[in-house]
Amino acid sequence: MSIELVLKYLTSPNFLRGAEMTLLLTLAALVFGILIGLVLALIQESQTRIGTVVTVAYLWLFRGTPVLFQIIFIYNVLPSFGIRLSAFVCAVLALSLNEGAYMAEILRSGLQAVKKGQRTAGLALGMTGTQMLRYVVIPQAARIVLPPIGNQMIGMLKLSALVSVIAVEELLLVANQAASADFRYFEALTAAGIYYLAMTTVFMGLQIVMEIVLDPKKRRGMRRLSLTDRMLRTSKILAVR
Amino acid sequence: MPHLLEIVGINKSFGATQVLKTCTLAVDPSETVVLIGPSGSGKSTLLRCVNLLETVDSGDIFFEGENITRARRTAHLLRRQIGMVFQNFELFAHLSAAENVMLAPVKILGVSRADAHDIAIDLLRKVQIPEKADAFPDELSGGQQQRVAIARALAMRPKLMLYDEPTSALDPEMIREVLDVMATLSAEGMTSIVVTHEMGFARRAADRIVFMEHGEIIESAPSDQFFGGTVNDRTRRFLDQILH
Repeated sequence: MSIELVLKYLTSPNFLRGAEMTLLLTLAALVFGILIGLVLALIQESQTRIGTVVTVAYLWLFRGTPVLFQIIFIYNVLPSFGIRLSAFVCAVLALSLNEGAYMAEILRSGLQAVKKGQRTAGLALGMTGTQMLRYVVIPQAARIVLPPIGNQMIGMLKLSALVSVIAVEELLLVANQAASADFRYFEALTAAGIYYLAMTTVFMGLQIVMEIVLDPKKRRGMRRLSLTDRMLRTSKILAVR
Repeated sequence: MPHLLEIVGINKSFGATQVLKTCTLAVDPSETVVLIGPSGSGKSTLLRCVNLLETVDSGDIFFEGENITRARRTAHLLRRQIGMVFQNFELFAHLSAAENVMLAPVKILGVSRADAHDIAIDLLRKVQIPEKADAFPDELSGGQQQRVAIARALAMRPKLMLYDEPTSALDPEMIREVLDVMATLSAEGMTSIVVTHEMGFARRAADRIVFMEHGEIIESAPSDQFFGGTVNDRTRRFLDQILH
């Protein structure tokens, strides 16, 4: 294996653009996926019959077929109905619709984990339904859904490689093209692997930061740390005197 | 003096079971009414009807002379004037004790965080746990949680306090600290309706005792008369049971 070649791939504009595309696909699909999931979860929360039918049908459809199938289907079948979208838009659309189904279940579990008594307590204080959701339910649900959403984030990063089948120039496609052009599979794929691991590492770090931000006790722990820090500093000043 | 709260002939059914049968009750300002009766007699439901957490099937409820029975759209405005304390405390798990007390004044009334914090510390002092202001609910004992819950309800400056079996989920040694806070509030003139099995508290703090059974108000008597012995047969049977 040639380390120089790996470095050359790593710094090549093609790989960089491929990694950017992977990141963009992942983030776009996650944002739209969470939005779709939130809408579905709130519809289910409202417990209307038609809402339940719609969400169950949605989950059945998008969890019941392979993502790869959905990507190919959207890319190849929509044009025959006169809907022409770029490969990138098709990719984001397919990944978001699929992600929405999983996010819906995660968010629903988070909302349901906040017990009824907590909602009643919010209402009894005189909150409106919206205030109660915003100040009582969602802050508690957010902490619960963070670990599974972290899973989904990392899962999506890897899932995005599938859209290479509709010729979206993401990381894996770029690496594969470079490899077959130069017959240097080991180096090209190593470079792609390093990019994937780097992005995964950033996502994991992001999850840890989010967990600290959302956990009031961990936040307080940090405040305490700065307090001891301050005390240490004052004791140093005293020592100087 | 006009009644603060007047419940007139309310009925309420859950499916086929009628849990409230033509209940009528009036509560005057500064009065403490203790609601007793066997489990399933409708005490909690009656309490939840008062702040519209449950809707009644028929009958009327007046608060400060205004008929609130069907005010579903403005229920949140009514609830701001009525504090409620629950059997399981229901402190907001993601907030510290002080933040639990501050939440409603800040988010509902628009009080500044600094002012709300002062209010919270004052109220925590009133319920005897100012030192726990920064503790989270799962770091507090049941008795402490319940006292924070009382402070949280008081932060909205309610005209009426509803206590739904506030000591039923507590270990015996913690019941006293909660009842003491409630008795002090009552003595200071806070109008209260208390659902409880604590007859000691009823004897100490109640102005009037109301006995319910099978969804009916069987008896409503001033507490000295009630404990003086001139009570109805069904009430006596219940009292004999709970006093062993």
